[in-house]
Amino acid sequence: MELREIISTGNDLAAIAAVDAGCMFFGGYPITPSSEVMHTISDLLPAAGGAAIQMEDEIAGIAAAAGAAMSGVRSMTATSGPGVSLKAENLGLAQMAEVPLVLVNVMRGGPSTGLPTRVSQGDVRQARNPSHGDYRSITLCAGNLAECYTEVVRAFNLADRFMQPVIVLTDETIGHMHGKAMIPTVEEVKKGIVPRKTFEGAPEDYRPYGVGADEAAVLNPMFKGYRYHFTGLHHDAKGFPTEEIETCRKLIQRLEDKVMMHTDEIELNEEFMLDDFDGSEGEVLIVAYGSVSLAAKEAIRHLRKDGIKAGLFRPITLWPSPAKRMGELVRATKNVLCVELNIRQYTEEVERVSGRLDLEGLYKVNGRAISPYEIVNKVKEVF
Amino acid sequence: MAFNYDNYLRLEKMPTLWCWGCGDGVILKAFIRAVDKLGWSKDDVCVVSGIGCSGRFSSYVDFNTIHTTHGRTVAFATGVKLANPDKHVICVGGDGDALAIGGNHTIHGCRRNIDINFIVINNFIYGLTNSQTSPTTPQGMWTVSQKAGNIDPTFDACELAIAAGATFVAREKVTEPRKLEKVFIEGFKHRGFSFFDILSNCHINLGRKNKMQSAMENLNWIDAITAPKKKYDEMTPDEQLNLFPTGILKQDTEAREYCDMYEDIKAAQQGKRGLVTQDDFKKKI
Repeated sequence: MELREIISTGNDLAAIAAVDAGCMFFGGYPITPSSEVMHTISDLLPAAGGAAIQMEDEIAGIAAAAGAAMSGVRSMTATSGPGVSLKAENLGLAQMAEVPLVLVNVMRGGPSTGLPTRVSQGDVRQARNPSHGDYRSITLCAGNLAECYTEVVRAFNLADRFMQPVIVLTDETIGHMHGKAMIPTVEEVKKGIVPRKTFEGAPEDYRPYGVGADEAAVLNPMFKGYRYHFTGLHHDAKGFPTEEIETCRKLIQRLEDKVMMHTDEIELNEEFMLDDFDGSEGEVLIVAYGSVSLAAKEAIRHLRKDGIKAGLFRPITLWPSPAKRMGELVRATKNVLCVELNIRQYTEEVERVSGRLDLEGLYKVNGRAISPYEIVNKVKEVF
Repeated sequence: MAFNYDNYLRLEKMPTLWCWGCGDGVILKAFIRAVDKLGWSKDDVCVVSGIGCSGRFSSYVDFNTIHTTHGRTVAFATGVKLANPDKHVICVGGDGDALAIGGNHTIHGCRRNIDINFIVINNFIYGLTNSQTSPTTPQGMWTVSQKAGNIDPTFDACELAIAAGATFVAREKVTEPRKLEKVFIEGFKHRGFSFFDILSNCHINLGRKNKMQSAMENLNWIDAITAPKKKYDEMTPDEQLNLFPTGILKQDTEAREYCDMYEDIKAAQQGKRGLVTQDDFKKKI
């Protein structure tokens, strides 16, 4: 893949990625530490012929973005944890009506207003099910500056493939980090765009939600002669409200299966210095994601120098979790340390997929980043 | 010849879930006649509704339709309109939808003066959920959530819309379907935010414990609490106290529409003009 060098911040890279990926609409509301995404995209989108609007609240930000997405354009919103809490309502509508949408959450300390200007990974569990009801969230997590770009691009393609919102988690550290990143060229991004499916037949034969049991809805752009209905109610093949027993069951089962039967298209992990892992005594597997993985990698280099065979498993797609691969690795290694800027939010998933309850953890919830030395010391202390 | 509504209705969705004698159907028909008279293509129209009896409006009409979450109608519509400035966007909400849970979105839709037409079906009660107090329920009336009588002061939806900056504000009532059609046509033609406070009956849920058990009694009450603007303006404050003026209450054709203004932003960001500054606006504060 052809790459280019850019010096930027995580938040700016998310905005640039959106525009390069063909996003034509942004609806947002100011919130620390994500506001710069809105600042930058408000310049870039009108220049590209799109539109960005600061709405009256977080709810309206996602509502406007979803409205634009329903009309057929690629659309995004960005916020932080308290904003996700407010946006949850319309994330639910977008799940139910199958509206492709990208939400960037630059995580800060919570709960509630929490630590507005400081880092956290406290929204990982929230990202799994931000609103009520049954559906499968697709959540990606950028672990470095370049991924603030590539994961937003990937989110747009996944949103159109699976016809649902896709959440990209970054955090205060990475959002405000300023530095060099190697990112794909615009041409590479354009080449990789997979537009959402459309129906080409006669309007009277169009069934936007009348798709296979594990398929995503086929929603044509608005104003093109295919007049149909969006609703958050249980709906039939044409999108109209229904309470018919089998139709309701099949709809919700399809929302589950369209994601869970195709996790291979969503899963993305990094395995760092795991090549020489062979199950021998003393190996240390660290599980970390997002900005924490930067510290984990540095720690692993130090540990290796000290003769400790350490390596990192980093899920880039957090939800659905990489159950098979993560489970295999965790079961195959005796010493496992989960490192998170929250209290066990993803560790519980690691436990679930591995069936192990003896994992070590390093958790920090005071708004400060984890340093490599804290990880080094923890490894030396517990293993 | 009688008007044929079939071309605009999703006939397979009939009958509606609205109760016998409900005014919502009168509004739906006037809306259809207005669109027909304006000669709009069905493909170019998007109807957005919220939650409540009025929320079902969108599913009955054969346009591009969105049934959103409670109160968020105008916010969704803003996205549709700004992404498609040349299309026609109509919002339909109820009094609870537009003035309680969605009050903020109503205010800011009016303030932006985006070219959205917002029909508020105001029946003075939460009908679909069985008679809870709404922001327009008159004080002293019985509701299921205030069985000893409603003490909550009421909103005047049009005053709110005017104050918030809507550039077309009108009030009409379901007892005068011809006027409804006319006011819709005027408002739909207006480039800017058009706000319609349409008084409708809910004899089932407003009327049942407030001595208006039949549609006719409820409709007579609506007639008794309204007066045409011209007449209203000539009255003393005492006479005005228990009346709502009807007709076009505000029309400002000078104010610029939001999507039009956004074209300036696009041009500025594309280097086709300078930045937008205070010099572009007559009103500076």
